[in-house]
Amino acid sequence: MDAIILQILNGLDKGSAYALIALGLTLIFGTLGVVNFAHGALFMLGSFCAVTLQRLLSLSFTVVDPTKKDFLGNPLKVDTPYVVDWFGDAAGNAIINWSVPLAILFAIPVMLFIGYAMERGLIKHFYKRPHADQILVTFGLAIVIQEIVKYFYGANPIPTPAPAAFKGSLDFGVMIGFAENTIIYPYWRLIYFVFSAVIVSAVFAFLRFTTFGMVVRAGMADRETVGLLGINIDKRFTIMFGMAAAVAGLAGVMYAPINSPNYHMGMDFLVLSFVVVVVGGMGSLPGAVLAGFLLGILESFASMNEVKSLIPGIDQIIIYLVAIIILLTRPRGLMGRKGVMEE
Amino acid sequence: MTKLTISRRGLIKTGAFVGAGLAMPTIFTSRANAFTNAPMGSTVTLGFNVPQTGPYADEGADELLAQKLAVEHLNGEGDGGCLNTFTSKALKGNGILGKKVEFVTGDTQTKSDAARASARSMIEKDGAIMINGGSSSGVAVAVQGLCQEAGVIFMAGLTHSNDTTGKDRKANGFRHFFNAYMSAAALAPILAKELGTDRNAYHLTADYTWGWTQQESMQAATEAMGWKTVNNVLTPLATTDFSSYIAPVINAGADVLVLNHYGGNMVNSLTNAVQFGLLDKMVNGKDFKIIVPLYSELMAAGAGDNIKGVLGSMNYNWQLQNEGSKAFVKSFGEKYGRPPSNSAQTCYAQVLLYADACERAGTFNPCGVAEALEGFEFDGLGNGKTMYRKEDHQCFKDVLVVRGAQNPTTAYDTLEIVEVTPVDHVTYPPNHPMFGGDDASLGTCNAGA
Repeated sequence: MDAIILQILNGLDKGSAYALIALGLTLIFGTLGVVNFAHGALFMLGSFCAVTLQRLLSLSFTVVDPTKKDFLGNPLKVDTPYVVDWFGDAAGNAIINWSVPLAILFAIPVMLFIGYAMERGLIKHFYKRPHADQILVTFGLAIVIQEIVKYFYGANPIPTPAPAAFKGSLDFGVMIGFAENTIIYPYWRLIYFVFSAVIVSAVFAFLRFTTFGMVVRAGMADRETVGLLGINIDKRFTIMFGMAAAVAGLAGVMYAPINSPNYHMGMDFLVLSFVVVVVGGMGSLPGAVLAGFLLGILESFASMNEVKSLIPGIDQIIIYLVAIIILLTRPRGLMGRKGVMEE
Repeated sequence: MTKLTISRRGLIKTGAFVGAGLAMPTIFTSRANAFTNAPMGSTVTLGFNVPQTGPYADEGADELLAQKLAVEHLNGEGDGGCLNTFTSKALKGNGILGKKVEFVTGDTQTKSDAARASARSMIEKDGAIMINGGSSSGVAVAVQGLCQEAGVIFMAGLTHSNDTTGKDRKANGFRHFFNAYMSAAALAPILAKELGTDRNAYHLTADYTWGWTQQESMQAATEAMGWKTVNNVLTPLATTDFSSYIAPVINAGADVLVLNHYGGNMVNSLTNAVQFGLLDKMVNGKDFKIIVPLYSELMAAGAGDNIKGVLGSMNYNWQLQNEGSKAFVKSFGEKYGRPPSNSAQTCYAQVLLYADACERAGTFNPCGVAEALEGFEFDGLGNGKTMYRKEDHQCFKDVLVVRGAQNPTTAYDTLEIVEVTPVDHVTYPPNHPMFGGDDASLGTCNAGA
């Protein structure tokens, strides 16, 4: 029983990342009809917003310490961050230590701008082109973004730790009557889950309860009619693209302490996120979230030894297996609109 | 209209002339080139095959810098580096056998097919006489096979699988880097001393040739000293989030986690394990411990503070204080502004070792070079006394047991040397079962052409 609870927790956590990326993907598909293969790169850029802010906050001046030697036997050059010099040891180090949560504020405008620029600069020229063209151009864009990041940050993962206050893990098992150390779960991963739930709720609330959201939903249902009413739906959809980029970026920022960011991390999530969108239903926002968590939990269960001993290699194929079954039995996905992908 | 008549005798005669004519250039060629890419002019070309793109690009870049430095030293430029400390004095700083050393580079992309393609291109198009470098055992085994067929010497870079000089050993292939068996043999006594002999180990293993041999070696070495192996879980190479593999570890009754992972896998699995707070736990009345059998400086940098206190092993570390190491660190550090990684040191040493073998053999013929390398004992390249064993072309030397430093003063001393395990403790017979047993054979040297 404890193993099952543990894997459900794991699955919720994995599903959080899938859901956030898939939410943005399906939002873009639902509004603009574009299959955006650069969405994983936006997730990666979000993580690198955290890396960048950490580096900015750690900007240092160098002082030579003649009492210590470097690896060549020369006097050691010691770097002191400006924030430590300005605010003192405790406050300065605390600011650097909290760089990941602070990066949320940094990432929102940056990612909104990147999303806006991406849509206006490139993707809008492909609205009327076939999906294959859209996939090619966005995939190419993803590779370009990856290579730019690699050029500036290198290929090696960059450690971007969570604040010290969130290190360690919660003994969840003790809280529900199990023995000590039976079900432990890292604090930061729990925060990630809560964070993603807040973001998903905020996006839904924005679309449900604001006039802007109402117009966007109307545009998703019938773009032409909304346009005939004199509403500039294209402008709103561009803003939605920026929002989708920001959601992917925020998912990336908060993911940075879970796995050290590297230039390739977007690609690792991209294919899985597409499967999530297909399983959930192309263009369906609740479907993306539901499928994200569902596939995250299934993937966790598939990596259990008990399951792997029954079906070797199941952990590598489970998501694709589910996708095949869904596409065969219900092509529009779990919550897709009738008619989508069913012609 | 002309009538064409062909007699049997006429056909045989014509066939003989045509055959002799076609064979003529080959006869001349084979006399001129007794072996593949025999240098004809005043230069000789070496091929450096390293990952320049992909996840190990930074490691490849470091290897390439070291190899460029070696070429400089061979050509008599710079401060000479380890040419001043190398016990063999055959190299004079005037190239190899009087020919100026040039090099071409290839990108392995850490993919076997891409690595073979780039090695083939360097051999066939650029005239490379040997191939050096690379990261990944899968790549090393693939390129080693290609070099054997092509008739050039292959000096493997960072490859740690037992198979490279085990069941997949080749007469044209040589490995300076240590292997999984050696890591386990070096770590076992330190683990017994620091962690005791009554431990329950849980292995997470990368699901490919290196991971399997590393796990097999660690399990054998730790069980021999009394540890129990609770479980071994194979993890797909593409895994990025290891939480679902790590979550059940403590529940399984394990008090040690052995991460048979390398590169990005290791950075992520160690980071995930530390996030789960495993190092803060007490299990079976003992402090929980994590072991990373194979460390590299770049992995340590990627994992950040998570490596603190975590034991592992290395082929070389710049903090070694022998004369060869000091000369190499000074040379590399002054040129590039940072200390070399252990893969850089291996690639640098191998270029010098290849050049030295050519000088001692008096030829570039790969079979002559191989003969000169077999059983060759040397010192002064950074690892202390070292020997290329004739039977499997594996280098035997001391192995470093290292630990993530608690309080590093710079970005470069994140790992501290715990012990230098003497070579005697990591030596095994050439027909050891983990290395292909009695069936493993080098085959015969191929000079190509």
